[in-house]
Amino acid sequence: MPSLGADMEAGTLVEWLKKPGERVVRGDIIAVVETQKGAIEIEVFEPGTIETFLAEPGQKLAVGTVMALIRGEGERAAAAVVTPVLPAREPALPGAPARAKAAPLVLPLPPAGAVHASPAARRRATELDVDLAKLRGSGPGGAITLADVEGSAIAGTAGPREAMREVIGAAMARSKREIPHYYLGDTIDLEPALQWLEAENLKRPVPERMLYSVLLLKAVALALHGFPEFNGFWIDDGFRPSARVHLGVAVSLRQGGLIAPAIHDADRLALPELMAALRDLVRRARSGGLRSSELSDPTITVTSLGEQGTESLFPVIYPPQVAIVGFGMVVERPWVVAGAVVPRRLVSSSLAADHRVSDGHRGARFLSAVGRLLQEPHTL
Amino acid sequence: MSTTTYREAVRTALRDVLEREPRAFLMGEDVGRYGGCYACSKGLLDEFGPARVRDTPLSEAAFVGAGIGAALGGMLPIVEIMTVNFSLLALDQIVNNAATIRHMSGGQFSIPLVIRMATGAGRQVAAQHSHSLEGWYAHVPGIRVVAPATLADARGMLWTALADPDPVVIFEHAMLYSLEGELPENAGAVDIDRAAVRRPGRDVTVIAYSASLYKALEAAAQLAEEQIEAEGIDLRSLRPLDDATIMASVRKTRRAIVVDEGWRSGSLAAELSARIMEQAFYDLDAPVGRVCTEEVPIPYPKHLEDAALPQPEKIVAAVKALFGAHG
Repeated sequence: MPSLGADMEAGTLVEWLKKPGERVVRGDIIAVVETQKGAIEIEVFEPGTIETFLAEPGQKLAVGTVMALIRGEGERAAAAVVTPVLPAREPALPGAPARAKAAPLVLPLPPAGAVHASPAARRRATELDVDLAKLRGSGPGGAITLADVEGSAIAGTAGPREAMREVIGAAMARSKREIPHYYLGDTIDLEPALQWLEAENLKRPVPERMLYSVLLLKAVALALHGFPEFNGFWIDDGFRPSARVHLGVAVSLRQGGLIAPAIHDADRLALPELMAALRDLVRRARSGGLRSSELSDPTITVTSLGEQGTESLFPVIYPPQVAIVGFGMVVERPWVVAGAVVPRRLVSSSLAADHRVSDGHRGARFLSAVGRLLQEPHTL
Repeated sequence: MSTTTYREAVRTALRDVLEREPRAFLMGEDVGRYGGCYACSKGLLDEFGPARVRDTPLSEAAFVGAGIGAALGGMLPIVEIMTVNFSLLALDQIVNNAATIRHMSGGQFSIPLVIRMATGAGRQVAAQHSHSLEGWYAHVPGIRVVAPATLADARGMLWTALADPDPVVIFEHAMLYSLEGELPENAGAVDIDRAAVRRPGRDVTVIAYSASLYKALEAAAQLAEEQIEAEGIDLRSLRPLDDATIMASVRKTRRAIVVDEGWRSGSLAAELSARIMEQAFYDLDAPVGRVCTEEVPIPYPKHLEDAALPQPEKIVAAVKALFGAHG
C-alpha cells in the first residue's frame, strides 16, 4: 500500500485490475485504492509477472503493507507466500499510544519488556517522540526514568550529538506535522531601549552589566499578561493556558544543537535578576546541570539570533507550547523619526503561533505590545 | 503557645468535650479512679463525677456494646479500649453492629460513637501487647478510622469525631503519649478528612501515619543530607484515605514509599500501594516501596523488637533503592 499523501495511514483496496499470471510493465495500473482523498489508481513500477495477490478487495490496509507479489524478469517463483496481511490499525498496546500511529507497522514489535523504563518515562518519551531504546537508564536496575528522557538531549549518553539532533528533529517534525503555524513580523526601533541600557550599565560594575536580550525577554514576559492565549500548552486536543510565565530561552550549544530551558516566572523578575537568571541558565545549559522542570515547563519560547545572526527569523514552535517569539540581529538602518531620516538601531521581531489557539489579529496585537514596551525601557 | 505532651493534649480534648457537650461521657477500663491506663483521663472523675466518667467491668464486648446502645439512645459516648490488642474481644460489636446499623436500618439509626484505643509496639511488652491492627479497622465500611500523630491532632480530632454521626475509631500510638511539643492555647477542633504534608520535598513521597510519621521524618532529614528531598505525608485519616493529597504528591515526586507498622501482607500499605498504581501509574519513575513490620509476632527482646519494626534506616534504604546508581 503506497503512501499517497503525508497524512495517509491506510487505504482500502477497491479492486484489482489485473489477474495473477498476467505480465505487467512499468506504468500499468494494477489496482484501485480508496483513500480519504478519493479513489486512486495504483501503478506498477517494476516489470514482471503477477505471482499472487495478498489482499482482497474491501480490505483496509496500512501504508507499507505488501499487497501483491510480482516476480521480476528471470526471478524464480517464490516458494511460499509468508507475508501476512496486517491490520490497518496496530493493536492497542498499553503504554505505547499515539506515537506508533505515525509509523506504519510492517515489522513485528520487539518483545515486550525489551526496554526497561518507568511508566513516567514511557509517557514522556511518547510525548517527546524520544526512542527509549537509545537511552541509558539511571533508575533502579538501570531503568530509564523521566529525567533520563528529558535530559536525553544533553546527557552524556552514547552519541550525545546524534541523540540531540534526533530529539530536535522529532520535536520539530511533530511541531510541523501537528501545529498549524502562522507567522507575523515587525520591526522595532531599539534605539530608546539601547540608549537607556547603555546609560544604566555605566552606573553598574562590569560584572553586573546587562545585555539587551534581557530587555527583549522582559518585554515578551510582560506583554503576555494581556495575551494569555500565547502562554501555555496544547495538551489532549485543548489549550491549557498557564497563569505563570516560564520563558523558554533558546540557547545554542558549542558542540552543536540547541536547547530552550525556562526562566521561571520571568515576568516577575526585575531586570538585574533576569540577567542573573539568564547567565546562570546559559552557563548550565552549556555545561550540563539543567533541572528537568526547566526543560519541561517553558510556557513560551524566545529565540534571538544575537550579533551573528540574520536580520529576521521565522521560528518553529516547540510542542506542546503554542507560540514562539523570535528576534533578529540588531542592525543600524536609516529610519524615519519625526519626518527626518536618521540612523537608528533596529531589531526585527517575529511571532510563530498556533492557529488552533489564536488568530493573526491577536498575534499582531501581542507583537505590537512587545514593541511598545521596548519604547519605554525604564518601565520594564 | 505552651509546651505540653500528647497525653495532656488527649486529656484536654476529653475535658473540653465533657464540658461543652452534656450528652458526652467517657467509659472504659480504669478510666475513672485509676485515671486511665495511659493516664489520659487522670482527674476527670473528680471533675465530672461518676455519671460522666465511668469505670467498666473487664469485658470489651460488653462495654463497647453498651456504648453502641447509648449512642442509639441519643448519647455521645467516648469508649476507651485500653489497647487495640484487647479490642479484638469487641470486634463483633464494632464490625457487626456499630459499622452496620445505619445501613441495615435504612438510615433510621445513627451510631455517633467514638472509640479510642492505644496501639503499636516499641515498649518491650511482647507479642500480645504490641499489635498494630489499624489496617483491619480501616478495612471496614461504616466506620471512620483516624490516627492523630501530632499534638494538634490529638487535641483536635476528638471533637470532630464526636460530631460525626457514624462511629469513629481513634488510634493513639502508645509511644506518642510522652511526646512533647508546642500547642497554641486556643487549639481546637481539626478536620478528620485530609492527609497533611508534614515536610515538603520534590524527590520522593514518604507516606506514614501515627508514630511512624516521626521515623519517616527522621529518615527524610537523613536523606536531605544526601540531596534527596523527601516529602513526608501524614495520613491522619486511615478510612477514608485522602487519595487527592497522596496522588498530588506522588505525581510531583514520581516515587513513593509507604511506612506502616502493620504487617506487610494485606496491610494498609498494600492498599496505598495499589491505589497509587491505579491512579498514578503513568507518573511513577519507580515501583512503590513499602517499609512494614516484619511478619513475625513482635519479639520481646529490645534488639529483636527494633529489628522487627520500621526504622528510619530501613526507610532511608528503601528510598535509596528507588533511585539508581546516580542516587
